[in-house]
Parts: sequence; structure tokens; C-alpha cells
Amino acid sequence: MKRKRVMAAVAVASALAVGLTACGGGGGSSSNNTAGGASGFNAGADKVVNPSDAKGGVIKMANSGDWDSLDPGDTYYAYSWNFVRLYGRSLVTFQSAPGAEGAKLVPDLAESLGKPSDDSKTWTYKLRSGVKFEDGKTVTSKDVKYAVERSLDKTVFPNGPTYFNDYLDLGDYKTPYSDPTPDKLGLKAIETPDDSTIVFHLKTAFSGFDYFAMLPSTIPVEQAKDTGSKYKEHVVSTGPYMFKENNLGKNFTLVRNPQWDQKTDPVRKALPDEYDVSLNVNADDIDNRLLSGDLDVDIAGSGVQAAAQGKILSDQAKKANADDPTVARLWYTSINGDVAPLDNVHCRKAVEYAADKTGYLAAYGGQTGGQVATNMMPPIIPGAESFNTYETPNNAGDPAKAKQELQACGKADGFETNISYRAERPKEKAAAEALQQSLSKAGIKLTIKPFPTGDYYKLYAGKPDYAKSNNLGLMINGWGADWPDGFGFLSQIVDSRVIRASGGNTNLSVKDPAVDALIDKALTTTDTSAREKVWVDVDKKVMDDAYTLPGLWSKGLLYRPPHLTNVFVSNGYQMYDYLALGVKK
Amino acid sequence: MTAPMEVPGDAVQAEPEAVLAGMGKAIEGRSLRQIAWLRLKRDRVAMAGGVVVVILVVAAAVAFVLDRVFGLIPTTQFNQPLIDPDLQIPKGVFGGLSVDHPLGVEPVNGRDLLARIFAGSWVSLLIAFLSTVVSVVIGTVLGVIAGFFGGWVDTLISRLMDVFLAFPLLLFSLALAGVVPDNAFGLSGDALRIALLIFIIGFFNWSYIGRIIRGQTLSLREREFVDAARSLGARAPHILFRELLPNLAAPILVYSTLLIPTNVLFESALSYLGVGVRPPTPTWGGMLSDATQYYQIDPEFMLVPGIAIFITVLAFNLFGDGLRDALDPRAR
Repeated sequence: MKRKRVMAAVAVASALAVGLTACGGGGGSSSNNTAGGASGFNAGADKVVNPSDAKGGVIKMANSGDWDSLDPGDTYYAYSWNFVRLYGRSLVTFQSAPGAEGAKLVPDLAESLGKPSDDSKTWTYKLRSGVKFEDGKTVTSKDVKYAVERSLDKTVFPNGPTYFNDYLDLGDYKTPYSDPTPDKLGLKAIETPDDSTIVFHLKTAFSGFDYFAMLPSTIPVEQAKDTGSKYKEHVVSTGPYMFKENNLGKNFTLVRNPQWDQKTDPVRKALPDEYDVSLNVNADDIDNRLLSGDLDVDIAGSGVQAAAQGKILSDQAKKANADDPTVARLWYTSINGDVAPLDNVHCRKAVEYAADKTGYLAAYGGQTGGQVATNMMPPIIPGAESFNTYETPNNAGDPAKAKQELQACGKADGFETNISYRAERPKEKAAAEALQQSLSKAGIKLTIKPFPTGDYYKLYAGKPDYAKSNNLGLMINGWGADWPDGFGFLSQIVDSRVIRASGGNTNLSVKDPAVDALIDKALTTTDTSAREKVWVDVDKKVMDDAYTLPGLWSKGLLYRPPHLTNVFVSNGYQMYDYLALGVKK
Repeated sequence: MTAPMEVPGDAVQAEPEAVLAGMGKAIEGRSLRQIAWLRLKRDRVAMAGGVVVVILVVAAAVAFVLDRVFGLIPTTQFNQPLIDPDLQIPKGVFGGLSVDHPLGVEPVNGRDLLARIFAGSWVSLLIAFLSTVVSVVIGTVLGVIAGFFGGWVDTLISRLMDVFLAFPLLLFSLALAGVVPDNAFGLSGDALRIALLIFIIGFFNWSYIGRIIRGQTLSLREREFVDAARSLGARAPHILFRELLPNLAAPILVYSTLLIPTNVLFESALSYLGVGVRPPTPTWGGMLSDATQYYQIDPEFMLVPGIAIFITVLAFNLFGDGLRDALDPRAR
């Protein structure tokens, strides 16, 4: 989910933890699956902990930061996409189920998943009947169309994703706020032939459109109640909960929405009576309150702080109430083919062989912080395959093999280059130092160069001519998927056509026409399993090119207080599923 | 009291010197410098600070020779077997104290803390010393000129001081770090970064001492000895550097000793923002900022550089205070 999500993750990500080398078994899962549901460390990762259908109670949540916006059309945080479903229903959503099942799309406001036609350039959805706004008005396809139209306006709503802007056949349509048609529904790319049907027309074929229909910007918005950038103060609910009180930047309360009908909604359980959410709470304070039972959920869902992690891992009773799920995020290093001698594939391969990935993993917190990544796509993405193009003993690097590649590259004595990282991120610094250490054994001498985090992509590593002229041969990088799918994970980091000379790139190094061609093939493949295989081919080709050095697939240590019921991690959002939660009174 | 009425005659004629000589002491004229030194010697706290300062400087010099000339200090040696694989912090208490690692090791990679603190001392102190020299030289020269000449020269220099005081130093240093290439001014690597830090810290801190010196000069130039020198035909440079400057030695010395600890701390702030000396070269400030994420679990990592900076700052401050008291007793 672009940089924001990565940044949010890093702010809260785990600092300490486990495991270095060989014996990787310590602290594994010890889940016992009894009739009363699962329990134990990591039980929530793929099973339901404390299953319950008991309604009532209040769930208390806290956020160490603040939402980018509560407006469904203007939000780009994973936790927000998870949480927004309590007060809004998008056309499609992730199934509320533990583990891999949670990464499957199911119809929500729509009756079924999208029906493609015209070679996947047209997508049609039928809406469920009987869905109402909190004011009693029935939801129609026009409300969905209006919601998507307004989300196109990036001056009013700058935070949300731009997939509809990029893929819909917009013509010269800009925004409903300057739309001359009387009903403000002048966008030709979306048709509403009747009140329960909505049809999307795309510029290019796109086989994964259901993921776009999952975006919160398809949550219907009543045109009469739309107040533009102020809509976030009171979003009109279509879900089981509605806003009772909303003090922006401080706290808000959700209570039951009387107009919501369980019969129209197979996805949501709606167990608690109320949600109390506090904002801008100190992160360590959130952890301490979670551990004492005063708080139920850390809404950011990216893991506890280093201090709490130490407390949890060293106490078996607390550890049994924690989960350490893998998330769809890769920490890696881009290898810049613009910089000599890395323009030679053998020199890049020398880097791949020389790197000690156990040191890379240690820098990000060891075994609790992630698992060694041998290729790009995280294993929790449906269809992803783990393979290792550059096998080294225990992933600890192989200087001898690296030297062979250096010979082939014509740099038998090694070479010098720079490695960049974000100055305010101690983990990236530790990773850079670890790479410097391990690469020096093969004769590759790295000079470490920190850059300010805020401008890392805009002015430095993400600006091709700067990176080239300053010899940034290696650039520490990280990426989290917008959704667990090959397109959501890979498209922004390996497609050379997304690289802009003006900077702000997230693809720092992968420039291969063969990769681009494979991506185009994936976009037009409608069959899901065939498409997943194409994305694996993309992954393999990128690794063959050696433009990236994968470091680790990230994990986050989550804590679930024992009184929380129906707890499980959904692979859709890689955190606790907020639709299912309940609480013991 | 039954003293005889008559006293021996030779005693009456005795000279005072002879009396004193009989007591084993000769009267001698003491220079101002000697008086100050005597006062300083009597101030035990200041002397203790001074001794620590000398030890630190010697240690830093030794560290420089061992580290840069002989490469004997293992600052970048990873010791990952010493790290607890479950918590990623050193095994054992207090950061893994042991005979091999008397101050423990760093979390994550297990580098020896003593080696890094020792090697870091020369980087931190060198930057602090030289940047202080830069500010003091610029500040003194401009302050004396402004104070002595007055008029438009004073106005110009004083406004310049205001500009430097209002300068957004951190933003500037962040920008500079991105602009300065790897090789510049015939320097590269650590040498260039250290030179850059000295320039940034020194060049943008001169206005504070400049103001103090200007104020002192304003009062000094009205004194009789300046008038005397002028009436004897002395020119401005002579008055500035032979008459005024020696009388400014006290504030300059005192301010320098107080500026050094400030600069140690400033270097750590810059290191934290990524403008400082680049890893893996250790500096105290850099080690301290690395420790912030571990202090709740492994305080040793923060204590070691923290105590090193604390001792340095305290020693310089105590010595500086004592020096001021000794040179200017009225300020007591």
C-alpha cells in the first residue's frame, strides 16, 4: 500500500527478536486445536481463537497515529481498509475467515463477484436488494457510481489509491464537483442501467478488477449528504455501525446502525454493541494497556513495540496470547543497473551470492520480525511460490561463489559502490552495515550513505539521475502490497514503465522489457490460477535479472487480550479481522 | 603581660624584609596569570575536571593512533553468537559483560562497546575541539572589530550575527549533506564528513561568542590603557591585537571550554539525522541515537555512550566554571 503503509509499519514495527542462523526452530507455533477453538502462540494466524457468537459489550481500540481520513474515498492504510467495513459496504470484500481463506474475495454490496465481458474491459455488478443508508434511504447503483466519481478528485481526496483514475476510461471527466450534468453522474465509464446494476468500462483489459471493486472508494455515498472534504466528519453508514461521536484527531465512537439488516449481509458478525476508538495515543502506552487488558485492539495492526515484544516473548503466558503472522511486505535492496559495474549481470549476481541474509533478518528483528526472503513475492500471497535462485549455505552468503561471478564480470578483485538507506530508520542502517560486512568478504566494498526519510524516493534513491550520478549501486528498500495478489504486490516495483524521471519512484532498479511483457500477459489472463502462475514467472524473471536482493518477508507480533473473542488474522489485511471480533462481558 | 619597658635596639631597626626572611618567605610580585593559576589550583572541583579533560584528550589521541594508524581497534567486528536469538539483545546481564567485552556488546550485531566508545572518542572530541576553534576564531576577530570600530562596521557585523542566529541550521545541514559529493576539497570518506561537520557546527556558532567579545570590547576600548596607547600613536591593529586581545583572553578561554560540550551534543544530534559521520565509523552521538530503540530492554547500550558524554560534558563544564572564577574573581 504505497509508502504510507510501509511507513506506518516501520514506525511501529518490531525491533527485537529472534533468530539468527542455523537452528531456526525456536519459538515455533504450539497451537492445539481443541473443540473450544485454538489457543497458544500463533494460533490466531490460521484459526479462530475464542470462537463466540455472543453479542454485546464494547471494544476499545487505540491508534498511535491518526487516520489519513475516515472518508472511504480518501484512505490508503491497510488498517483503515479493514476497519472501514464496519461502517461501509464496498461491492466486494475479503472473506471474514482465518488465514489464507481471508485473502479470498467475496461479494458484499454486490450479489456476486464481477462479470467480465469485452475481454475483461467491461465489468458488471448486481447490487443486493434491501441495503439501506443509516438515514433509511435505499442504496442504489447511482450511489456507488457517485462514490467512485468523487474519489477520482485527488485535489479534494488526495490520500486514496489512484487505480480508478488509472484504469477507468475517463475521457476528460475530472470530478463530480465540476460536473455540468444535473445529477452529477456524467462519467461515461460507469453506467447504471437500473438501480441495482453498475457497469465499469476500462481503458485496458484488467483481469483482477474485483480487487478494485474491493477498494473502499466503492462504498456508496449519498449525493445529498456529501460534504466534500468534510464528509469524513460524519460518514453516512451502510454497515452495521454508525458514527455517534467523532472528534477528529482525538477519538470517535461507533454504535449499532438500526437500518443495517443481518439478512442482507453474509460477511459481518457485528458482535459488540459499540466501538470506542482513541487516536494519537503513545505507542508504548498502547502496548502496556493491551497487556494489562485495559485496551482490546491496537488498530494499526502492524505489531507491538520493541519493549512490549521483549515482555511478551519472555513470558510464556503472554506469548500464548500473541500471534506473529507473516505480512505481504518485503524488505529488500535494489541493485542499480545504471551504476557501473552493476550494469553487468554477473556483478549483480556476485552481490546476490555474497549477501548474508541472516544478518539482514537480524537487522529487522530476527525470527519474530520476519523470515528470510529468497524471492520477491511473500508466501502468503495466493499462488506465490518460494524459490531460491541464488542458493547459499544457511542463507549466510557464499563468498567463493560471489568471487566466481566477479571473475565473470571482469572484476576479480571486487569493486566499490555505495549503499543508501533512510537515515531515520535504525533497522535499515543495521541492514546496510550487515551487507557492508558480508559483501566485503567477497571484495565488494560498500560506502554507507544515509538520506532523509521524507525525500528518499522523491529526491534521492527514487530519482534515477540522482541515484546514477551519485553511484548509489545498492539502495535499501521496502514494499507492502495494496492487496495480497501478484498485481497488488509486484506491479509498482518491477514494471519499468512506472519509473518516472522526475522521481518519486518505488521501482528503483528493475528495467527489463521481458518483465514488462509478462506483466501485460498477467493483466489479460482471466483465469485466476493461470494468472497466479504468470506472476510467479514475473518473480522468477526479476530474480534471474538480479536487479533486487530480497532480504526478508516481514512479520509483526500482534497481541490479543484473552477476553477478546473470535480473533483471527485475515491474510487479506494481514492483521486481526475487525469484522469478526467480539468481547467477553 | 610583664614585658620589659626597654626593647633591644637592633630589633627596632630590623627591616620588614628581614622579618619575613626569617620566616622563610620572600615577597615577590605576582603576575595576574600566577594569581589566576593559584586560585585555580585551590579549586579542587575545577582541578578534578581539568585532570579528566587531560585524560580524555590523551585517550582520544591514543585512540586515533591505534584506530587510524594501526587499525587495531575492532570497531566493526560482528559477534553474532553473543546475541540472544530470541530477543536480539546480548546474552547475559548488562549488555553481555564479559572478560572479552568489558562493557558488553551492541544488540543485533554484537560489536564490542568498549572498542566503539574508545574509537568514537577521537571522532567526537576532534569534531568538538576543531569546531570550537572555528567559532572562537571567527567570533573573536569579528567581535573585536565590531566593538572597537563601532559605527557602520559594528552595524554590519551585528546584523550579520543576527542573520546567523536566525539561521535554520538543521535544515541547512540536511540540504548540505545531500549536495556535498563523495570527493570534495581533496577529501573523501570520513575525513570529508568530519571536515563538513566541523564547518557546519563551527561556522554557524560563531555569533554567540562574537556578541560576548563585542560587548567586552565596547567597555575595554574606553579604558585608560587604550587611550594611552592611542595617544602614543599606536595604530588600530596594534591596539586590537596587542592591547585588547590579551584582556579578552579570559572570556575566550571560558567560553571555549563551555562550547566544547555543547558541540559534542550537537554532533550527536546531527548524527541522528544522518548528516553526521557515516556508519560504521562510531561516534558517541551515533551510538546514543542507536540505543534509543533498545533502552527499555537493554539499558547498557545507552548507558555506555551516555556516561561517556556525561563525563566529558561535566568535566569541561566544571573546568570552565573554575577557570572563569579564577580569571575573574568579581564574578563569584
